[in-house]
Amino acid sequence: MNLVVCIKQVPDTETQIKVGADGKSINMDDIKWVMNPYDEFGVEEALRIKADKGGDVIVVGAGPKRVTEALRTALAMGADKAILIEDEGLYGADPIFVGKLLAKAIEPLNPDIVFFGQRAVDDDCGLASSSVAEALGMPQLAVIVKQELDGDTIKVQRPVEGQTNVLSTKLPVCLTAQKGLNEPRYASLPGIMKAKKKPLEVKTLADLGVERDDKIEIAAINPPPERAPGKVIQGETPEELAVNLAKALREEAKVI
Amino acid sequence: MAGVWIIAEHRDGDFRKVTFEAASAAKTVADELGAEVVAVVLGKGLKDKCGELGKYGVAKVLYAENDAFEYYTADAYAEAVAALAKEQAPAAIIFGASMQGKDLAGRLAAKLDVGAAVDCTGLAVEGGRLKATRPIYAGKVYADVLLKADPQVVTLRPNVFDVKEAGGDAAVEEVSPAVSEPRVKLEEVVKEAEGKVELTEATIIVSGGRGMKEPDNFKILEELAGVLKAAVGASRSAVDAGWRPHGDQVGQTGKVVTPNCYIACGISGAIQHLAGMGSSKVIVAINKDPDAPIHSKADFSVVADLFDIVPNLTEECKKAG
Ligand SMILES: Cc1cc2nc3c(=O)[nH]c(=O)nc-3n(C[C@H](O)[C@H](O)[C@H](O)COP(=O)(O)OP(=O)(O)OC[C@H]3O[C@@H](n4cnc5c(N)ncnc54)[C@H](O)[C@@H]3O)c2cc1C
Ligand SMILES: Nc1ncnc2c1ncn2[C@@H]1O[C@H](COP(=O)(O)O)[C@@H](O)[C@H]1O
Repeated sequence: MNLVVCIKQVPDTETQIKVGADGKSINMDDIKWVMNPYDEFGVEEALRIKADKGGDVIVVGAGPKRVTEALRTALAMGADKAILIEDEGLYGADPIFVGKLLAKAIEPLNPDIVFFGQRAVDDDCGLASSSVAEALGMPQLAVIVKQELDGDTIKVQRPVEGQTNVLSTKLPVCLTAQKGLNEPRYASLPGIMKAKKKPLEVKTLADLGVERDDKIEIAAINPPPERAPGKVIQGETPEELAVNLAKALREEAKVI
Repeated sequence: MAGVWIIAEHRDGDFRKVTFEAASAAKTVADELGAEVVAVVLGKGLKDKCGELGKYGVAKVLYAENDAFEYYTADAYAEAVAALAKEQAPAAIIFGASMQGKDLAGRLAAKLDVGAAVDCTGLAVEGGRLKATRPIYAGKVYADVLLKADPQVVTLRPNVFDVKEAGGDAAVEEVSPAVSEPRVKLEEVVKEAEGKVELTEATIIVSGGRGMKEPDNFKILEELAGVLKAAVGASRSAVDAGWRPHGDQVGQTGKVVTPNCYIACGISGAIQHLAGMGSSKVIVAINKDPDAPIHSKADFSVVADLFDIVPNLTEECKKAG
């Protein structure tokens, strides 16, 4: 099996995000960069399939040089090989464009399954995977919590509002991982040592014959709307507190 | 003027609420652009339903009947809508950022070679084009997005845009876009318990964290939720402890929600949790620790033991109902 996992490097979820000086990007000082949490599920699932059916796990990341760290983490988890599409200006790019770019690097790998996170926790788009699927002419099964392979047929569970859809298709396919798919392993110390020697290929946009072509433009980034100061509900007893809270929600906020 | 399109979403023969939200939002921008709202309905046996969309501002419905549209697949929907859009060149295509909408947006945008602004909480017209506002970093900041190519593909976060009634019946025109052999098959639908309200569509959410102490205690949140017709959410700690299913997690690596009212019980308010629910219209914190960060984000704080407050609140809410 040729198993490919797309990995985006994102700010650690602990990060307080601040607006940058240009008002159109975020302030990138003091950010700790990590593998997108949803992509960890993709790496884990690919490693499990490899353990079961054999094959290679190749991880692909596009972005500045620092993305190497996220790729090394995946190699330390057990992936076999990494491809970095290096471009210093790529962070914040249109995910549909990023998808086209990733597809160029993935196509020659002749994948059976391409894994993604269901969304990147920075842009919160969940678009890059569809763009790859479209470019490679593959079906996509998105936001899945379980997969089962049977020959060249894959069956997945996709929870949607109030129900779970069980879907099947033939390989090759693009899958996007939702929490619940598995419990990602940590990189072990020997794994980290080994990762240093695993192949990491670096490509540029020019190598892939792609020119930057974003179809969206970020006009501004703003802090969230200010909230009015809150109110502490008063009362002597739990009953009184509950009555006063219900009253506030009913009469003041008018939400119940 | 090219039309503003919406894509209707339906399940079990009925349009879903996100469809009416999309129609209402589309009507507002279409009025400003001097355009008409056109709804694309892909389905089976839905022709008689289509006129109903007029009530929400839709002037015309393009209805396509096909076995391939009985249930949603990204392949069939994207192919059909893209074919219609290439022929009729709408200025924008707007739909709900439901699970279906989230799945469709990328495929459709990629097929049309345009961009997409997804899960938007604001939509405006500026210089004849759309300006979409969307939370990024799970709501830690907001981005204003411009779409440089037509049609401008926009999806709207459920439960943010008001459903507004406008007008009467819509004209229905049958169309028959070609679709390829389906590649994805729906094998089975496993329904959740009747009456369970979906987090991302709920108007009220009652959420529990580690302060709930054990899984059985969520019963008191279920009871309150039952009275309020609310959904029950959880912090990651409660999910990771195995007390609640993964699908219930609210936060930066869970569901990002925008209910009218979010009631956090025994949740400290970690940055990842606040990111996922911080744009709720009204936030209530029930936490016995006065220094818990959730209190500084709350509109109404109750500094007390949740096991004393929640049952009393349930009783109080019953009285009014
Ligand atoms: C990569 C990453 C992603 C994450 N993503 C998410 C996410 O999506 N969502 C999320 O929620 N978290 C997420 N987290 C975890 C987050 O950092 C916190 O650990 C978590 O939110 C804490 O959950 P909690 O508030 O339930 O528990 P705690 O922080 O332990 O808080 C429990 C609270 O309950 C109160 N309490 C206890 N008993 C009572 C009582 N009887 N009555 C009233 N109050 C009481 C306490 O005062 C305390 O404030 C993530 C963490 C990481 C590292
Ligand atoms: N720059 C990137 N490099 C590698 N993979 C990416 C990149 N951007 C997005 N992806 C993949 O696409 C998924 C969805 O990202 P997004 O569309 O940005 O929300 C991520 O979870 C990754 O698997």
